[in-house]
This record gives sequence, structure tokens and C-alpha cells, in this order.
Amino acid sequence: MDNFEPKIVAFLCNWCSYAGADLAGTSRIQYAPNVRSIRVMCSGRVSPTFILKAFSMGADGVLIGGCHFGDCHYIEGNYKAARRIALLKKMLKHLGIEEERLRLEWVSASEGSRFAQVINDMTAKIKELGPFLPQKCSEA
Amino acid sequence: MGETRIGVFVCHCGTNIGAYVDVPQVVEYVKGLPNVVHAERNLFTCSEEGISAIKKAITEYNLNRVVVASCTPRTHEPLFRAACEEAGLNKYLFEFVNIRDQCSWVHMRQPEKATEKAKDLIRMGIAKASLLEPLEEVEVQVTPSALVIGGGVVGMNAALNLAEQGLEVQLVEKEKQLGGTLLHIHKLFTTDEEASKLIDPLVQRVKNHSKIKTYLSTKVKSVSGFMGDFNATLDQNGRESNIKVGTIIVATGAEELKPAGQYGYGTLPNVMTQLELEQRMNRGELDGQNVVMINCVGARVPERTYCSGFCCMTAVKNATLIKQSSPEARVWVLHRDLMAYGVEFENYYRRSMEQGVRFIRYGLEKPPEIIGNGKAEKVKVWHQLRGREVELPADMVVLTTPLVPRGDNEEISKMLKVPLSEQGFFLEAHLKLMPVEFATDGIYICGSARWPTDVAGGISQAYAAAAKAAIPMRRGYVKPEAITALVNEDICSGCGTCEPLCPFKAIELQARNGKKVSHVAEAVCKGCGTCSAACPSGAITMNHFRDVEILAQIEALFS
Repeated sequence: MDNFEPKIVAFLCNWCSYAGADLAGTSRIQYAPNVRSIRVMCSGRVSPTFILKAFSMGADGVLIGGCHFGDCHYIEGNYKAARRIALLKKMLKHLGIEEERLRLEWVSASEGSRFAQVINDMTAKIKELGPFLPQKCSEA
Repeated sequence: MGETRIGVFVCHCGTNIGAYVDVPQVVEYVKGLPNVVHAERNLFTCSEEGISAIKKAITEYNLNRVVVASCTPRTHEPLFRAACEEAGLNKYLFEFVNIRDQCSWVHMRQPEKATEKAKDLIRMGIAKASLLEPLEEVEVQVTPSALVIGGGVVGMNAALNLAEQGLEVQLVEKEKQLGGTLLHIHKLFTTDEEASKLIDPLVQRVKNHSKIKTYLSTKVKSVSGFMGDFNATLDQNGRESNIKVGTIIVATGAEELKPAGQYGYGTLPNVMTQLELEQRMNRGELDGQNVVMINCVGARVPERTYCSGFCCMTAVKNATLIKQSSPEARVWVLHRDLMAYGVEFENYYRRSMEQGVRFIRYGLEKPPEIIGNGKAEKVKVWHQLRGREVELPADMVVLTTPLVPRGDNEEISKMLKVPLSEQGFFLEAHLKLMPVEFATDGIYICGSARWPTDVAGGISQAYAAAAKAAIPMRRGYVKPEAITALVNEDICSGCGTCEPLCPFKAIELQARNGKKVSHVAEAVCKGCGTCSAACPSGAITMNHFRDVEILAQIEALFS
């Protein structure tokens, strides 16, 4: 298991988390190279379909990054995301998928170091959990 | 469009990417990916050379999609989009891949991993690019007239600034006269000039300006529409009128906290706020000999954690003025921390000490106490530096209180669909990048309505808001991003799930051929995509971030 390098898909909102990830870069903060991000305009854009698709394709973890409450560029898209992810987490549990594999985090444009921390922490936790087992189902 | 022909440009960014990501290897890899007909690397893709390479390749290879892998779309997307447009390619057929800020710079010690990640990210970008569709931006005409809400020093400055540029201004003030809070202020720090000397000429200029129409005793009752084409209903003493404006500036200010019940305020006749003291000074009613001021009353406390910023200087100013007019008077300022951050503030504070005003620091754990029968006679305070309690004689106690949000902020916020902060002030779109704009296009904010500010700061913000509002009005039209939601009416079941989800009220159920379907007002839609993610029928397409595009990115990652 020592060589296991998890693949994590991150959906980052353009205004806060994506900007926070950029700031980690301009600050040269080093973090685990396990994340592949997909930029969306708002965390509220992230449909549960995307998350399930990522898991079904073989993602070991999925991260959704949005703005802190009150900071959403679209006023309240992050609240909608919070509701959806909470519900989806319950569903994943029933499907036998560990809750820790899906993570919702608020990272502001000024929180570069926090973004790096979240990635490192999530990568470490998923390394402990091991690969996401349900075999790759490319026809999903 | 026929065959998909993608051109990929991988940037070295000097050594910023090139030193950590094996760019030549990435380019070779990219050449083998589906739909890629051309791939090259550039030392700096954003340089003139890089930009002309993109334009040349579009023509030479007949490209219909362009992918640039470099820094971040947040800074460089407009540049590359423009290059595509100049070469005749719709700018929405461009896709950005971030391999610097989110790859080479954060994996500097793992070049192999960084190279592997760059390949993944570019593969994902190409998958999305293959599915991108051209989009057209709608042009919205802008009415060259602004509604300025609030006729104080900030609102009037914004109005004059716009009017001087030749734009029409509708200035709405809820009180009977222009001037706002400054009408009640005696003198201004740090010049010690009468507030009336600033405000009176300003009121005259506004009244005499042919481009400004002033509505006194008037409230804005309702606002509809969007940037360029707002409709506002004004209520002037019960008489309603409608106006059309292109932009809106909120300059409604804030109000002084009246600290009922604290330090005998409201019960003891000689306990007052700074603003009430200023009014007495204006009337020449200063009879007191000894004055004790208490700062941070109702500010920086658990129930109101913020610092109002300028009130320390108000206390310094008034204390010094009292000392100057009656040198025999003893004047104390009890403070927690003393904020003297602005231009010349520290010198102003020092001068106050030199002129004999005494400053005593107190802590929240041992707040000052008022002693007296029927009126304040003494103030007892724990002197932190001396480490003992002192009693100060007081003919007058002045409480320095913060500015608090006006009671009608909530009403205005709901009417304009702009947010309020946790504290109840208006919340700008971005503290640093968009400090005088709301996230809603065409509406701007300045002055203490946004956050407590002194006069100079408020005027600067007024200029900024006016300058921002003038841009669309002087250009005459706006082209909002075409990243908007689109409803497929054939699939829409009319369930209405999307309607309440839209924070901008851009979605409305409308009757179509005997059934109800959802309709998105393109000019109002800001493109968050929340509706699209929620639609149970899959009837809402989020342009430029379509389901198929995002799913293709995920598939590409694991292919």
C-alpha cells in the first residue's frame, strides 16, 4: 500500500477556491501532487452526477471547494452546494463509500496555505483508506 | 463545424513552468491526443511572439479550438481569448489549462509528478475544448443616467462626479435637505475646519447643476431590471414617480450608535454621544469644565466586534477643541486602543497630548464606572499603567460610539438584490478586486453604507464608484459574459425547482404552448449554474460549463 498515490478530483469555484489554489502557487506553497482540479463558476454548479461519475471512473476522492458562507460571488450558491453534498454523503454511506472520500471545503481567495493544507490532509486520509475499490466501470 | 481541430500551446513561462515540468515531453504527448492537429511550446505564450504564434496557427492549421496551458485564467484568459477573436475564432472556443499556479509552482521538488499532472490537466482541457461551442454575447443598451441613493457628502460627490462627465443623475435623499450626517458635525479632523464649510458649497453645486435632479424627502420604493436598464419607483411624500436609469450607486451612509442604558446614557442629563456633543458645540453651548470621554462604547465588544475606525480621531478632535476653547478645563479620553492610522492622524493625536488632553487606557474586564446623583459627577476607572483605580471629576461624560448600519439597509438590500455583511453593512463584490462594486452588475457602493469611513475615505470611494458607474454609461452598451443558463423548453417539465434557487431572480416560469416552462432572462443570469445542477429533468444547460463538457473532463482524467 506504500506506493498508493490517490487520485483526487477537485471541483473549485472560480471566485474563491480556485483563486485560493492560485495563491498557494504564487506563494510557492508545496503540496501533494494528487489533485486534478476542474474549474466551475460556483460550487453550486457541482451536480451530484459529476461526483458519482468521478467515483465510478476510479477517483479515490472528490473535493468540492467553495466560498465561505456570506462570501459567495453568487450570493448563496455555496449554501445550495452544502445542502446537496450533505445529502449525497448520506447516500454514499449507504453505498458503502467512506464519507472521507467526499469532502466539501470553504477556501477563500486569500487562503492559499489553507488550500494546501486541505489537499495534504485529504491525500493523507485517503492514503490511509486505500484505493477506492469498486473496479473501474468505464461504461458508467 | 465539421472536424474538430485543436491547437495546443504549452508555455514554459521562462523557468516558472519549464524548470519543473518537462515541457518538450508534454508537447510530444499532447500531439498524440484525439483532435489535436497542432501542438507547440512557447517560452512565453503571452508574449507578442506567443500571441502571433496562436493567430498564425489558427490560420495555418485551420484550428477551430485553442488550448493554452500556462498560468491561470484569472489573469490571462482575456488575452488569449482576444488573440482567438483577432484570428476569427469565437472566444468561447478557447480553453485554459493551469499548469503553473496549480502545478509547477506547487510541486517544485517533484518534477516528474508535476509533469505527469500537467499531462493529465492538459488531456482534461482538450477533452473539454473538443465539446466547446461558440457563444454570442447579447448587447444591452445602457441608459446614460444614474440613480444615486443618499444625499450626504459621499452621495453628493458621486453625483457631481458623474454630472461633470455629462451624465444625468437622479439624486434621492430621504431627509428634507441635502447634507447627511455632516450637517450635525461641528468641525472635521484633522483640519479643524467647520463641516459647514465643506458641505454648504457642495449642496449649492449640486442644486445648481443642470445634470442633477434632486429628490428630497424621497425614498426608493422599488427597483426592477438590470444593468443598463433599471426601472425605479420613487416615493416623494406619498407621491410616486418612475425613473429609468442605467446604473445605481448606494451611498446611504450609516448612523451613530445610541448606547441606551450604558454609562447612564438616556437617564443622566450630562451623558451624551460625540455627535450630540458636536451639536452642542455647534450651538456654542459648551459650559462644562471637566470632560471625560469614554471610547469604544458598544464597539469591539462581543455583540459588536468591529472597530468603527475613525471614532478615536473624533474623540481626539473634540477633546482638543474643548481644551483649546477653555484651557483650564480638564479633559480625559478613556480608550482601549487608539487608532491613529490615517494621514497625519498620529501627529494630530500627539498634538492633542501636547495641548493637555489626558489619555488613560482601560480594559474591558474593568470598564469605567459613572458616579453621581441624578447626573454624572465622577468617573471611576482602573488606570492600567498605574495599576490602581482613579476618580476623575466630570461635568460632562461623552461616549464615543461606533457607526452602525441604518435600519433600512435590509429593505434596500432586498430591493436591489445586493448582499449585506454579517454586521448589516452592504457587502462589496470583492474586498480588494472590486471594492466599490456589488456582485450584481451595474450597482455600486461607497461610503459608510459599506463600512464606517471618515470623510476623506468616503469621498475617495465616491469618486471610485462614480468612475466605475460611468464606464458602461459612457460606452453606451454592455456585453455580459455569455456564460449563462439556457432552458430546453421541450424537456422542461415546469416543476419550478430552479426558480427559487436563482439568487438573482433571473428565472421565471412562463406559459408556452399551454404549459408552464422555465425561462432564463439572459441579461440577468450571472452564470453560477446552480439551477442547472438542480434541474431534475436535465433541461437547463449551463453554457461553457455544460454537463457533457465537465463529464468529458472527468472521463479524460481516468482514460
